[in-house]
Amino acid sequence: MLQDRDRVFTNLYGEQPWNLDAARKRGDWDGTRDLILRGREALVQEIKDSGLRGRGGAGFPTGLKWSFMPKKSDGGPAYLVVNADESEPGTCKDREIIRNEPHKLIEGCVLASAAMGCTHCYIYIRGEFVREAQILQAAIEEAYAAGLVGRNACKSGYDLEIHLHRGAGAYICGEETGLLESLEGKKGQPRLKPPFPAAVGLYGRPTTVNNVETIAVVPAILRRGAAWFAGLGRQNNTGTKIFCISGHVNQPCTVEEEMGIPLKTLIEKHAGGVRGGWDNLLAIIPGGSSVPLIPKSVCEAVRMDFDSLREAQSGLGTAGVIVMDRSTDIVRAIARLSKFYMHESCGQCTPCREGTGWLWRMVTRLAEGDAESEEIDLVWDVTKQIEGHTICALGDAAAWPVQGLIRHFRDELERRIAAKRKGGDRAAA
Amino acid sequence: MSAASGEGMAPAVESFAFSSENLEKIREILARYPEDRRASAVLPVLHLAQEQHGGWLPRAALDHVAEVLGMPRISVYEVATFYDMFNTEPVGRIQVRVCTTTPCWLCGSDEVVRACKEVLGVEIGESTPDGRFYLREFECLGACANAPVLWVDEDYYEDLDYERTKAVLEALKRGERPKPGPQSGRKGSMPAGGKTTLLFEEK
Repeated sequence: MLQDRDRVFTNLYGEQPWNLDAARKRGDWDGTRDLILRGREALVQEIKDSGLRGRGGAGFPTGLKWSFMPKKSDGGPAYLVVNADESEPGTCKDREIIRNEPHKLIEGCVLASAAMGCTHCYIYIRGEFVREAQILQAAIEEAYAAGLVGRNACKSGYDLEIHLHRGAGAYICGEETGLLESLEGKKGQPRLKPPFPAAVGLYGRPTTVNNVETIAVVPAILRRGAAWFAGLGRQNNTGTKIFCISGHVNQPCTVEEEMGIPLKTLIEKHAGGVRGGWDNLLAIIPGGSSVPLIPKSVCEAVRMDFDSLREAQSGLGTAGVIVMDRSTDIVRAIARLSKFYMHESCGQCTPCREGTGWLWRMVTRLAEGDAESEEIDLVWDVTKQIEGHTICALGDAAAWPVQGLIRHFRDELERRIAAKRKGGDRAAA
Repeated sequence: MSAASGEGMAPAVESFAFSSENLEKIREILARYPEDRRASAVLPVLHLAQEQHGGWLPRAALDHVAEVLGMPRISVYEVATFYDMFNTEPVGRIQVRVCTTTPCWLCGSDEVVRACKEVLGVEIGESTPDGRFYLREFECLGACANAPVLWVDEDYYEDLDYERTKAVLEALKRGERPKPGPQSGRKGSMPAGGKTTLLFEEK
């Protein structure tokens, strides 16, 4: 269990003000100048050594990603773009950072930009977060007024401009290249990779896109040292993590815990347990809607980290834990996710544009049992024709929840089809 | 995207021009982007236009935005119809958006929808005849630990059920602005029974 002294986000619940004075009392902006002056190489190395993996869902090693940026400036701009387009169903962690700990994010922007030689930083926040954007904008203005951002940021001799950019309601803009397209004033349709953003990103310039939580833990890592962060969790799955626990628990909440905490402990210790007791649990989506669900039997012992959940044929994703008890119509729960992906598909790639609609219609029929048994395999086949055949990961994200349903609840699907047929026969007779 | 399908383009409104206050804001917005990248301002500028025009964007406003930003009109139409927050048809002034994605659904968003329909007397996707309210369904609002959630204009109302939703909407109908946030009274996304962390009682 994580000790309070190791928690990064000490104002996670907004019990104290978000402003600069309160943030300084929490330890933000302490010695930032000295950290910047360590130099690019040392900063990137420290983040590499910490084992930090991206908190936006994919879990790519952050230090390694940073090292892809050009080592020498060609005199033109380079960008850090912070992905604050939090929209993955089940996920509500970046919102808490933005509205309660905005200075951790802004200080992280300064340090990450210094580590990568970025000249400008854009924070792309989802349009729905109106109040959160107002707080973040005010915090950025505080940081400018205090000389922490802008020319000669923190008196380090380093210049960095930070701007907030509001989206307008499109899940796909959380995909990093969709986000860049949107920031350029276009529809948020993802780009083919390569070229990767580190070479050709925003306005064709070197760009790194990082999630809010990833950037917001950077100051703590640099201040307390890579060894501290790497000492939490386990190898390749280090540090602390904000978990969001929603659905059928007694006390839904967000909470910062140690990476690798057992799922059962997380729920019982912080979320007041499953509604009706642990034995009333049906299944859990452990990492936001895009990852496959895991049934109770897997939930018993699985740990909440990238590698443990991958071994369990699921994923840590954004660590949005969606809990479903035995009262849940599991097929409808997944059908609603299929509807989500159909709504949010940008329409660029045919397998996703057409396939997400197919999945929604078929899973909706399966919820009623209005299908033939063979169609379960057909649905599986459709997911396989989407997965890996699209420009971005939205196609995979649409396929995986349905695969999880079929993998673990095939009996339930068969039962509904049989029940419907029996009912139908009776009606016909 | 449902925004791109089915909905027609904006009906004719003769003209649209930004207020001098908004023109000043646009100058500030444009300063955030490179000089030759004015199109980057299209989302924030469309937000301003929609706000100024009472919650929706007539064709004249889209054309004006295209002119102000030096963009082809079609590019602005594409953007306005791609993003869910832009309305290209007239809607009620107070926008009530109920999240029905799985985490909210598991926590009773069907009851929130029922309360909305009853109190406002309209179906999803409709505005009230007096033009005061617009009710729509919205995809995940990103406040799942406080589900179910209603998003009214700029504010989230959280931890809802049928009765709480009714209370919020009836207050809005009376012209009040009920206090946003968790209607359960808890602080943010803290566990309802009290904190389990950040107690600073080290063992």
